Amino acid sequence: MGIAFENQVAAPQLPSRPAYGDNQTGTHLPERAGSLNGVIVPEQPGKNAIEVRGVRKVFGTGENQVAALDTVSVSIRENEFFTLLGPSGCGKTTLLRLIAGFDFPTAGEILLHRQDIAPLPPFKRPVNTVFQSYALFPHMTVAQNIGFGLEMLGKPKAEIEARVAQMLKLVKMEALKARRTSQISGGQQQRVALARALAPQPKVLLLDEPLSALDYKLRKEMQIELKRLQHETGITFIFVTHDQEEALTMSDRIAVMSAGKILQVGTPRDIYDRPAERFVADFIGETNFLPGTVVSKQAGVATVKFAGDATISAGYPEGFDPTGEVTLVVRPEHADLVPDPAKGTIAGTLANIVYFGTDTHYHVKLDGGGENFIVRHQNSRSSPVTFATGAKVGIQFEEDAARVLKD
Amino acid sequence: MTTAALSPTMISKAALFEAQAVKTSARRNRLLSLPALIIIGIFGVLPLIIICVYSFLVAAPYGGVQWQFSTDAYLNFLFQRDIFDDTLQFTPDFLIIYLRSFLFAVVTTVICLLLGFPTAYFMATRPPAQRNWWVLLITIPFWSNLLVRTLAIMFIIRDEGLINNALIGLGVIDKPITMLYTNFAIQLGLLYAFLPFMVLPLYSSLEKLDFRLIEAAYDLYATRRQVLWRVIIPLSKPGIIAGCLLVFIPALGAYVTPLILGGGIHLMIGDLIAQQFGSGRNWPLGCAQALILMAAVLVALYFYVRNTSGKVQHG
Repeated sequence: MGIAFENQVAAPQLPSRPAYGDNQTGTHLPERAGSLNGVIVPEQPGKNAIEVRGVRKVFGTGENQVAALDTVSVSIRENEFFTLLGPSGCGKTTLLRLIAGFDFPTAGEILLHRQDIAPLPPFKRPVNTVFQSYALFPHMTVAQNIGFGLEMLGKPKAEIEARVAQMLKLVKMEALKARRTSQISGGQQQRVALARALAPQPKVLLLDEPLSALDYKLRKEMQIELKRLQHETGITFIFVTHDQEEALTMSDRIAVMSAGKILQVGTPRDIYDRPAERFVADFIGETNFLPGTVVSKQAGVATVKFAGDATISAGYPEGFDPTGEVTLVVRPEHADLVPDPAKGTIAGTLANIVYFGTDTHYHVKLDGGGENFIVRHQNSRSSPVTFATGAKVGIQFEEDAARVLKD
Repeated sequence: MTTAALSPTMISKAALFEAQAVKTSARRNRLLSLPALIIIGIFGVLPLIIICVYSFLVAAPYGGVQWQFSTDAYLNFLFQRDIFDDTLQFTPDFLIIYLRSFLFAVVTTVICLLLGFPTAYFMATRPPAQRNWWVLLITIPFWSNLLVRTLAIMFIIRDEGLINNALIGLGVIDKPITMLYTNFAIQLGLLYAFLPFMVLPLYSSLEKLDFRLIEAAYDLYATRRQVLWRVIIPLSKPGIIAGCLLVFIPALGAYVTPLILGGGIHLMIGDLIAQQFGSGRNWPLGCAQALILMAAVLVALYFYVRNTSGKVQHG
């Protein structure tokens, strides 16, 4: 259904807008693998839409200086759904604002299709933003809001009307086009904000936590809606969020950020299964941390001994040389409970059982001490619950479940 | 969203309570508004009726009125009765003063708007802690009397005043530039007196402006000029309307400023009306002039508000 975004009227490039390489984005819809729910997208050698090179951003002066971004470099490919994920204050919104042009980097360059856009004001960048607060113009109707960008670009009236009609259809808001933005609901405002940002056919769409103001159900709906829009328009989306679940379900690739740095860039599966650092493992999903000591290592696999004299072989990320005291990371669903403590990798006592509907969490107090180990078990009607609190149990790890990570 | 969490019974109870509250509060509101209504009645409506009645009476020789119906006051506004043959002759003297006053008021309003808007925008974009200091600075002139401040302007611009002495001292000019008792002096005085009345309402509406909307407009390819005309000005329209009214209406009826700085040579409506009750000893004419001024303002207001509110809707 890509036709929805094709030019109906041939639009001449404005002279005031710099020409950016070939003008394919928007009309060119590549064959691409779906990536809903973390299905791996084959690494495409596609061209980069945005390249951030050694960007630093320092706020304040003198003693009050704060480096919001500390020498960040990242490449975002064409037609990609790219997510900047991190806790608040990690610099993800700062990076987005630098790409949009609301702030200018202290050092480094930002390339859009190989052209440095860092010194350009926002109105000279073919990049549009969906704001967290939506920032819809209250003195205009829904249709006027959507047409604003095109009007500012000086497009002919007929073209603006055609495109606005197209966008209204795309976000299913045709019926409310004459309404004031104050007369529509939050979810509808969200759609208008999206349509307004998409209408000028930006090369890159920036989304600053656009779903955070919506309630749970609407948020789920909009996640799918956003995926659909990105697929139909073929525009590069850069999405900022602190919600790891949102990031995992929607993104082609994710950059995990903390304290002004990018810690890891990868597909959702990469990030989840092979976190590069302890912070990444901790921030995304639930994780068990086990202290241990490295006994030996070869070819990316370390043998780690931990309390209770159990040993296990665990992989570790490239470029990391684990020695001595380390932390092992195991996802709760990558472990299983066995009734016989001797048959598991480690043994413990079942301290607590928490039922979540779709799955059950077993909290195991390890014999070797430390924090409780959590095992997640997916519930099904046929699986009988056979464990009771207080029982002695063994914990078995799936192959490759344990990893050694940098602290 | 919060109502969704309430049970239906809670909602109906709340609605009932609200309806009762509305009823009692309406009664209380009527009672509370009584003092204001009395004041408006005695000091607003009653004088207006008196003015209206007086304007249709005949002037007594030593001030006051004779209780005898006459439309002479209104006729005298535009015509003069010839002493010899009793015919009416068109004399535009008053009309010219009215037009001059309108011109003064319009120029004052426009210049105040042009000066006040950037000022208010500057104030509204300061950090919140700083803004109150700027508001305080704007209100400092109100701490002293307008008459005193106008006299101070007189000392600055008169022939032996600050400006002329300084310019002569520096050798820029050898004869003083006459500024006092000119139209320039009146215009300067009006601008000085009414600028704060423009800045304050503009500031209060710019302060409420969501500056993220400006970012959004920049993001959507609007240049700085387009942001100003398409977003900032339409959204600060209430402040612009309020500021213009607060400047235009009092500027039109200004009395002290033209009296002192115009030296009684360059009259404005306020001085003209005052003359009728003083040396002119023609109360009915003064009343008629006041009512004509009021009517003119109301007509101007009607067109102004109709135009500007229409523009807001077209956005």
